Amino acid sequence: MEFIRLPKVENVKLLDRVSPRRSRVGTLYLTATHTIFVENEAGVRNETWVLHSLVCSLEKQAATSSGYPLLIHCKNFQVLHFAIPREQECQDVHLSLQRLQPVKPSYEELYCFSYKPNVDDEERQNEWDFMNLKADYSRMGLPNAHWKLSPANRNYKVSDTYPADLFVPESATPPVIVGSSKFRSRGRFPTLSYYSKENHAAICRSSQPLSGFSARCLEDEQMLEAILRSNPCSDFMYVVDTRPKLNAIANRAAGKGYENEDNYSNIKFQFIGIENIHVMRNSQQKMLEVCELRSPSMSDFLEGLESSGWLKHIKAVLDAGIFITKAVAEEGVSVLVHCSDGWDRTAQVCSVACVLLDPYYRTLQGLMVLIEKDWISFGHKFSHRCNHLVGDPKEVSPVIDQFLECVWQLMEQFPCAFEFNERFLITIHSHIYSCQYGNFIGNNQRERIQLGVHQRTHSLWSYLWTNRTDYINPLYRPDHSQTQGLLRPSTAPYCFKFWRGLYNRFDQGIHPRQSVEDYLRTIQEETQQLEEQLASHKQVNFKLPLIMSEAAPFDKSPTAWTLSHDLRLANTPQDYTGGFITSSPSQPKAPDSSGLILLPQDLNQTSIFSLSNSSDPESGIADLSCRSPLSEDSTRDPDSDEAVYSAA
Amino acid sequence: MEFAELIKTPRVDGVVLHRPFLPTVEGTLCLTGHHLILSSRQDNTEELWLLHSNIDSIEKRFVGSLGSIIVKCKDLRVIQLDIPGMEECLNIASSIEALSTLDSVSLMYPFFYRPMFEVIEDGWNSFLPEDAFKDLESMTDEWRLSEVNKDFSVCPSYPPLVAVPKDIDDETLRKVATFRHGGRFPVLSYYHKKNGMVMMRAGQPLTGTNGRRCKEDEKLINATLRPGKRGYIIDTRTINVAQQAKARGGGIESEANYPQWRRIHKAIERSNVLQESLIKLVEACNDQSHNMDRWLSKLEASNWQTHVKEILTTACLAAQCIDREGASVLVHGTEGTDTTLQVTSLAQIILDPSCRTIRGFQGLVEREWLQAGHPFQQRCAQSAYSNSKPRQEAPVFLLFLDCVWQILRQFPCSFEFSESYLVLLFEHAYASQFVCRLFLRQLHKTVSLWSWVNRHQEIERLTNPLFEANSLVIWPSVAPQSLLLWEGVFLRWNRSSKCLDEAYEEMVHIIEYNKELQNKVNSLRRQLAQLETEDPLLQTP
Repeated sequence: MEFIRLPKVENVKLLDRVSPRRSRVGTLYLTATHTIFVENEAGVRNETWVLHSLVCSLEKQAATSSGYPLLIHCKNFQVLHFAIPREQECQDVHLSLQRLQPVKPSYEELYCFSYKPNVDDEERQNEWDFMNLKADYSRMGLPNAHWKLSPANRNYKVSDTYPADLFVPESATPPVIVGSSKFRSRGRFPTLSYYSKENHAAICRSSQPLSGFSARCLEDEQMLEAILRSNPCSDFMYVVDTRPKLNAIANRAAGKGYENEDNYSNIKFQFIGIENIHVMRNSQQKMLEVCELRSPSMSDFLEGLESSGWLKHIKAVLDAGIFITKAVAEEGVSVLVHCSDGWDRTAQVCSVACVLLDPYYRTLQGLMVLIEKDWISFGHKFSHRCNHLVGDPKEVSPVIDQFLECVWQLMEQFPCAFEFNERFLITIHSHIYSCQYGNFIGNNQRERIQLGVHQRTHSLWSYLWTNRTDYINPLYRPDHSQTQGLLRPSTAPYCFKFWRGLYNRFDQGIHPRQSVEDYLRTIQEETQQLEEQLASHKQVNFKLPLIMSEAAPFDKSPTAWTLSHDLRLANTPQDYTGGFITSSPSQPKAPDSSGLILLPQDLNQTSIFSLSNSSDPESGIADLSCRSPLSEDSTRDPDSDEAVYSAA
Repeated sequence: MEFAELIKTPRVDGVVLHRPFLPTVEGTLCLTGHHLILSSRQDNTEELWLLHSNIDSIEKRFVGSLGSIIVKCKDLRVIQLDIPGMEECLNIASSIEALSTLDSVSLMYPFFYRPMFEVIEDGWNSFLPEDAFKDLESMTDEWRLSEVNKDFSVCPSYPPLVAVPKDIDDETLRKVATFRHGGRFPVLSYYHKKNGMVMMRAGQPLTGTNGRRCKEDEKLINATLRPGKRGYIIDTRTINVAQQAKARGGGIESEANYPQWRRIHKAIERSNVLQESLIKLVEACNDQSHNMDRWLSKLEASNWQTHVKEILTTACLAAQCIDREGASVLVHGTEGTDTTLQVTSLAQIILDPSCRTIRGFQGLVEREWLQAGHPFQQRCAQSAYSNSKPRQEAPVFLLFLDCVWQILRQFPCSFEFSESYLVLLFEHAYASQFVCRLFLRQLHKTVSLWSWVNRHQEIERLTNPLFEANSLVIWPSVAPQSLLLWEGVFLRWNRSSKCLDEAYEEMVHIIEYNKELQNKVNSLRRQLAQLETEDPLLQTP
C-alpha cells in the first residue's frame, strides 16, 4: 500500500507505561489494517496487534536514551509506547500511521468495508436478519389497541434521523405526527421507545420542542394528549427533560426549549440534570489521564477520579433511569423523555430505564436488541460520537460508554441479574469503535441504508451470538429472584465503582489474578458433562465399556485447570520497591543509575518465566479483557501482567 | 456483685429497636453486667444481645417523654432504642455508658463467659511455640528455642519461648534486649523453606543521639546471614521519623556498624493518625448527602486506602527480598508491636501457602499478633464512634485484616477461608466473649476464640468454597485501581447485602451441585468395577 513508507522496523522497544524497566524488544510491522509488534525473545511468539481504526491519536515525543518515542493511544483505552531506534524510522512510521489513520476521510475507507471473513453472501444476510426489532415490539405486545406502527417516516421524510418504523398512539393521525415533528428539533417527534404491557405505561422519546419563549403547536399538544390517552390507567404523564435547567432555558433564546406545563394538558414537567456531550468528553478525558498516571498514589488516583466528575455523571444517568422506571412500574404513568436532539441523553436514559424495568434486556439477546433499538435505530450519531471519520472533534463524546458503564455498575450490584458478563460489555465497546462490523457505521438508519451496510459489511450481533458461551454469566439463572421484575439499585455514591475492567483493561497487572467467573464456568462445563454422563448411563444401563471410558476424565478436579491457567500469573511481583531492587526476573539488565545494591540474581527464575510463558500464551487473567472476534485484532500478550508493575 | 450498682434500671418494657435493613422490634430491654438484651418475648423473633464492650458511644435524644438512645457499636453498626419515660431512658443511658467503659480487665466478659458449646479442642493449646518450632526443626537446625524470657523479665511483650539463631546464647540475648526498644531483641518470625531465608522482627535499636552500639546485636542478626550474603533491614518509618527517634533514645542501624545490611525506609503511619483515618472513613461512609464529589473527597481525605496501600507495599517488599532476592530480612518500626507485625504477618500470607488456610491463619494471628505482643487491649479499646480523645487506640489490626481482604480479592481461589472469617476476627478484636486480645498470663480462666471457631459448624461457615490449594507465592497488585474499599466492614450497615449474599449462595450452589454429581458418577464407577470383578462375563473383551 502506498501509505506505508516503512513496513517493518527492527529493534523497536515496547515500553511499559507504568514501569519502564519492563520494556520488551521486538519488530514492528505495519500492514494495511494493523500495527503489529512481535517480541524477539526466543521461543516466545508474543504478538501485539492493534487495529488502525482503533487508534485515536499518535504522539511523537522528544528523543530519549532508549530511542525515539512514539505513543499510540487507542479508543479501547490501550496505550502503546514504542521507542524506535532511528529518527528517520520513527518519522516514517509516524507518517505512515497518520496516513492509515487516525481517522478516515470517508466511510468507504472504514475497515468494515474491507473486512472479509470467509462467509458467503447468504450467510451474511442471515447475520443481519438475526436482529429483528419488530420481534421486540411484538414481545412488548405491539401493535395493540393503543399503539400502532406508523408509516409516516417510511422514506425518512418526516425525520431523516429517525428509523422508518415507528410506533405512535392509535389516535395520532398523520397530520398530528407531521405537525408535531415540525415543532421538534430535527423533526424528532414523540414516539414510543418502550411499552409495559402489564400496566399500559409507555416510555416515549423525542427531541426538544421549538417553543422559544412563547411558541405553541397544537399538533404537538395533541400528540402528547394522544400519548396520555393511550395509557387508560393514568390521568397524567411525565415530561422529563434530561438537561440541566439552565441549559434548557438557554436553548429558549435559540427558539428551542422545553414544554410549558400550561399549554399541555395533564403533564408533569421535570428536569434531570445530565450534562451535555462536551462536559462528558472532558470528564472522560480527565479520568483517562488519571488511569494513565505512572505509579499514582492513592490520593492522586482518588483526587483525579473526583475532579474528573465521571462517576458523578454516571450516577446522574442512573438516577434519571430510576426516575423513569419508578414512574412506569410503580405509578403506571407514561413518560416522554427528551434532551436537545434526543439522541444522546435521551438514548441513555431510555435504555437504562429499559434495563431496570424489563428482565429481557438483561439477557444477552435483550441487550443487543436494546442497543439496536434505542441507540442504532433511533439515530445515536455513532460515527460522530465515536470519531469514526475525520470530523468535528467537538462532536466526539463517550455517551454510549456511559450507558455500558451504567449496565456494568448494575451488574456489580446485582450479580445474578444479568445473563451476560463484563466481557460482553467490553467486546461491544471495543467494536463500537473498531469499525470492523457495520452495525455502528453512520449516524442513523438512512445513512446506513445509503452505505449499503447490510449488503457490504458483517454484523457484530450475530458474531456475539455465535460465540455466546464466552459471554455468559455463570451466576445467572432465569428463575432466580434477581432475574424477575424490576431492579431497584442504590445510587448512594459508594455504590459506584471505578470500572478498571474497561479503562485499565490492558494493564493486566492490576486485575485480580484469579477469576471467580472463569472458575465457576469451568465447574459448570464439567457439571454439564457429568449430567450427560449420568443421563446416558440411565439410558444405556450398564453398558460397561462406554461408561468406563467416559467416566475417566473426571478423575481430575478443576484444580488442574486453575493451576495451568491462573497461578503462573500469580507468580510475578510488581515493582514494590520504587526501583530499589534492581534485579527482576524478566529483565536482568543493568541496575538503575541511582547507585543501588546489586544482589545475586536468581538465574533460574528467568528461565522458569519464559518456559511458563510459552507453555500457555493465551491463558489467565487476560480473559477479563475482551477476546476479539478474530485473533487478528486481539492483543496476545502473555506477560503483560508483568509489564504493568506500578512503582510503589 | 459490682455490676449491680451500675445498673440503675435493669428492665424497661415497651422499648422499640430500630436496626438498619431489619424490621423494628418492640419488646423488653434488660441490662445485665455484660449485655444489653432486647426481647419481644415472642417466638420466632430474634433477640438482640449486645455486649456492652461492643458499644463505642451513645447519644440521647428526647421528644416529649419519649427518649431515644442511639447506640454506636465498635463493629460500626448503629442502632436506635426508643424508650418510653425520661427517667428510664437516662438511667439506661448512664448504665450503658458506665458498663461499656469498664477499665478493669478482670471485670471483662471473657472472665465470666462459660461456653455453651462443647470445647472439643482447647484453642489455648493449639498454637504453642513448641509445636511451631518442631516444624522449623524439620527444615533447619540453625535455630533454637530460647527460654530466656520464660518469666517475661527480658521482654515483657514477648512470649516465654522465642526462636533465635542457634549460636546466640541467652546471655547475648539479654544484652541485645537492652539495646532494643521494649527489650524486643530480634527473633525469628518466618523461615522461607524454599531458599532458607528468614524474616526477623524486633524493636528499634536504642542508638540515641550519640550512636550507641551493641556488638551482640550485630552478632545476632549477622548470624542469620549466609556467608557472603547481605540482608535487608526494613524500617517501617520514614528516614526523617527514624532520625527524630534518636532524640528519644531510639534510632536506626547505621551502615558503618551493619555493613552487611541494607536499610530500606517505608512510610507506614501509626497510632493517632490511623485512628483519625478510621474515624474519617466511617464518617464518610455514613454521610447521607448522596453527593459523589463529597464522597470521593472524604474517602480520599480519610487516607485509609493510602494506609492500606503503604502497608501492603511494604509487606510485598519484604516478601520480595526473601523470595526473589534470596536475602534475609529484619523488620522493625519503633516499638515493633504495630507496623512491624502488619508487615511480617502479611509477608507470610504472600509467601507461605499454609498461612492461607483457616488453621494456618489462626496460627499466624496467634504467633504474629497475640504472642508477639500487639497491645490489643489498648489499640482496640475504642473504635470509630468514640467521643473520647484517642490515646493508644489505633486500628492496626483492622488494617492488617483489610490488607488480607485485598489479597483475598485478588486471589479469590487461594484462601481456605472466606471474607466472613476476617469480619469475625475484626468483631472479636474489638468486643468478644472470647479472649484473643488479653494478656497471655491471664488466659487460663478464659475460653479461646479458636475453640469456638474450630468447631465443625463454624468452620463450614467460614470456609471459602472456591479454595484450591495454591502452593505458590502470591504477589498482589498495589496499584490504586486494584485496592478497593472493604465493603464487608465499612458499608456493612449502610447498604443491603441481599443481592451479594444471593450471588454467594448461587456460587456455593454451583460448586456443591458439581460435587454431588461427581460423587454420583464415582459411586457408579465403583459399583461397575465391583460388578466387573464379580462377573467376568461383563468384562470388556
